[in-house]
Amino acid sequence: MSEPVDVAPKPHVAHEVHHEELGFWRKYVFSTDHKVIGIQYSVTGLLFLLFGFCLMMLMRWQLAYPGVPLPLIGSLLGEARMPGGTMLPEFYNELGAMHGTIMVFLGVVPLAVGGFGNFVVPLQIGAPDMAFPKLNMLSYWSLFLGGITMLGSFFVPGGAAQSGWTSYTPLSVIAGTGQTWWLIGMIFLITSSLLGALNFITTIIQLRAKGLTFMRFPFFVWAQFVTAFLLLLAFPPLEAAGVMQLMDRVAGTNFFLPSGLVVSGQALTNVGGGNPLLWQHLFWFLAHPEVYVLILPGMGIVAEIIANNTRKPLWGYRSMVYSLIFVGFMSFIVWAHHMFMTGMGTTMAAFFQTTTMIISIPSVVILTALIISLWGGSIRFNTPMLFAVAFLPMFGIGGLTGLPLGLNIADIPLHDTYYVIAHFHYVVAPGTIFALMAGIYYWYPKATGRKMNETLGKIHFVGSLVCMNAIFMPMFIIGLAGVSRRLFDAGAAYAFAQPTMHWNVVSSWGAWTLAIFQIPFIFNFFWSIRKGEKVGDNPWQATTIEWSAPSPPPHGNFVHAPQAYRGPYEYSVPGAGKDFVPQYEA
Amino acid sequence: MTSDHAVDIDKHVRVYIIVFVALMVLTIITVAISRLHLSVPIAVAVALFVAIIKGSLVAGYFMHLVSEKKLIYAVLVLTAVFFAALLALPVFTVSDGYWIHE
Amino acid sequence: MDIPYTVEVRRDTGLTNGKIGIWLFLASEVMLFGALFASYILIRVGAPSWPRGDTILDVWLATFNTIVLISSSVTMVMAWASLMRHRFETFRIYMGATILFGLVFLIVKYFEYSHHIHLGEVPSTNNFLAIYYTLTGLHMLHVFGGMMVNAYFWGPGAKLWKTNPQWFTNRVEHSGLFWHFVDLVWIFLFPTLYLL
Repeated sequence: MSEPVDVAPKPHVAHEVHHEELGFWRKYVFSTDHKVIGIQYSVTGLLFLLFGFCLMMLMRWQLAYPGVPLPLIGSLLGEARMPGGTMLPEFYNELGAMHGTIMVFLGVVPLAVGGFGNFVVPLQIGAPDMAFPKLNMLSYWSLFLGGITMLGSFFVPGGAAQSGWTSYTPLSVIAGTGQTWWLIGMIFLITSSLLGALNFITTIIQLRAKGLTFMRFPFFVWAQFVTAFLLLLAFPPLEAAGVMQLMDRVAGTNFFLPSGLVVSGQALTNVGGGNPLLWQHLFWFLAHPEVYVLILPGMGIVAEIIANNTRKPLWGYRSMVYSLIFVGFMSFIVWAHHMFMTGMGTTMAAFFQTTTMIISIPSVVILTALIISLWGGSIRFNTPMLFAVAFLPMFGIGGLTGLPLGLNIADIPLHDTYYVIAHFHYVVAPGTIFALMAGIYYWYPKATGRKMNETLGKIHFVGSLVCMNAIFMPMFIIGLAGVSRRLFDAGAAYAFAQPTMHWNVVSSWGAWTLAIFQIPFIFNFFWSIRKGEKVGDNPWQATTIEWSAPSPPPHGNFVHAPQAYRGPYEYSVPGAGKDFVPQYEA
Repeated sequence: MTSDHAVDIDKHVRVYIIVFVALMVLTIITVAISRLHLSVPIAVAVALFVAIIKGSLVAGYFMHLVSEKKLIYAVLVLTAVFFAALLALPVFTVSDGYWIHE
Repeated sequence: MDIPYTVEVRRDTGLTNGKIGIWLFLASEVMLFGALFASYILIRVGAPSWPRGDTILDVWLATFNTIVLISSSVTMVMAWASLMRHRFETFRIYMGATILFGLVFLIVKYFEYSHHIHLGEVPSTNNFLAIYYTLTGLHMLHVFGGMMVNAYFWGPGAKLWKTNPQWFTNRVEHSGLFWHFVDLVWIFLFPTLYLL
């Protein structure tokens, strides 16, 4: 085996200029620098978030005013999708399936994990880069190809995938060509995540600075570490399932096709023997851990920003870390709570209800610790902090409303209704996305050397908070009334839905207004690159290692290899000269 | 490489040969037993048992897991738990319900 | 810029980055094949009847292939051991043998598949064949991938031996781990599909 060698990494001299200067393509496009890759992921993620949002804004017209032609845009989308400007049900389904797919796999995960993870983690652990820089670059381009495939699928005959982001069989097996493209796109995206995950785990374990023990990690690093394990071990079954569905569609296999299917009055002549529930098991085996992938980086970001802006250590760091690990582990054995309506017996239903109830505990511990962390703090209400604090009640609502869904008997009337949509959007939209916004405002100065404008940030915040609630709170009401999700007319055809139809108008106007309030953010993002207030290394007076690097950090990150001397949140230490003692100061 | 290493490797090579022979023997055994056409549950149990022994030999000696570091063990144990859940839970869920074929 | 622990181990973990990386990758592969085995279980348990493997598939060809793959695992680990003993030419012989065994495996599988296709036994015929083709097909892709990496280290990649022998040895070890894993999967695949 290899000979052990003394552990201290060689001091890294920052290279402002390389021995051979890299050309434009190697420096900015096919870069192996984690910071460039992080920005690539972030910009890609933000663009897809915007695109996914636009898909939803289209849907919201149909939901608020079913059957009414959409002025201007309706005619632009063509007769195949919106004849006379009125949305076809098939197009509505495309928008729905792709909105979900794009937001989850091309928006949030690339931004939260690929973007924030790649940019911040090596800096926060004092590393010069990720453990496998070339693999990192490959991961990004795999994502890119997946994104192109998903976008391209809109233009194939029959349009994009239309069977929900969940692609349940047998519907997805008999669906049009767009579904095949969806499956191929997913294979690229899954590969990207798998390669990224092993990079994160290796980097965090091996490249952390001297003195940076696991229990001195910033909570954000722990969050990315656990998230990486979820991606690594939960994604492969979906990849296998995707291959199997591809084979059902293309090679005539019957993995997910039972016999006796009748489509539009015609009996199918397939051999059968397949099991549609097999798809559901394999899908949800990934998709449940996936929702923790969506939330954990956000929790990590919020933890960093709260500690920094209360000028206090996080309350209950250790219990937060153990909760994080426990949540990660449990997330693998709760998945069939998405399948309570599939005819499982009482024993297995009891098993999954139990594990689901148990998994709520660590989530509550983390949320509670973050809330208690505010107590007695000297709170600075800057834009990152506003988003971070708002995350807490928003995630609280999202999490609590999940509890009835995890109980079999309460799930029966709520399954597949708007209640579910409200629940998961609360966690992901004013939940995770607020956390990601907080993170952008917080780390933007590190990446660019300039702060974003505070006034524009506050406008962005207030408008987003009000609009998010306007969109999603009514959906609880609609769902409790029994209105199913994925109905292209929002339930207009059902008598029991009539009393709640008007709420769709509220949600829709909330959505379109939310879009308006993103304009100050988009403008701010680009304007501040040139005109933002210039800052030094540590504009937030923070304690974690990334703030010891220049803003922006050069290739190689640190002029001298950093070392960790204490925990990550030594704020307001009694007897210290200033109100924070950085982790990296001797 | 020190000469200690060369001696180590010699020991390892002897182990590799022994494991190779064991794997061959076990392969013959598993094929021979299959010719007995035992009932499905027993056949599955025996085949699985032999496969686990063969797999352990490959993993333990060819992949050097017998002398690997704790971190690798930890990752693999975690994987094994989730692997078991993935194989067992779906079929329990289905066979616990109403509509399974008898 | 140098990433540390590419060649030398980090003292507290006792591992190089590459060793951790390859084991993490193999962990994900366990889950990938695990999903296919889980599918096999679910489909078989739900099927009214299921053919015994040897009634459709050729056990003798597969036994031969099993012996081929196990042998290739031995030559693979011997290839690495040769590098540890600084015997580069011996490495090339063993690595070459590993690649050849892989090629034999693939050729046998080609004949197996052709025979079935000739008889009209294709993936769409029934679920036994569907899962057979999918499991062995995915496995075959991994054999092919492993062979390509091994061929790189036997050929153009071997230059690294002259400039950084320890790194080269590590990389061959990691490639070997992948190859052994491919053998390991077959050790379970073979009885599952052919004998039960």
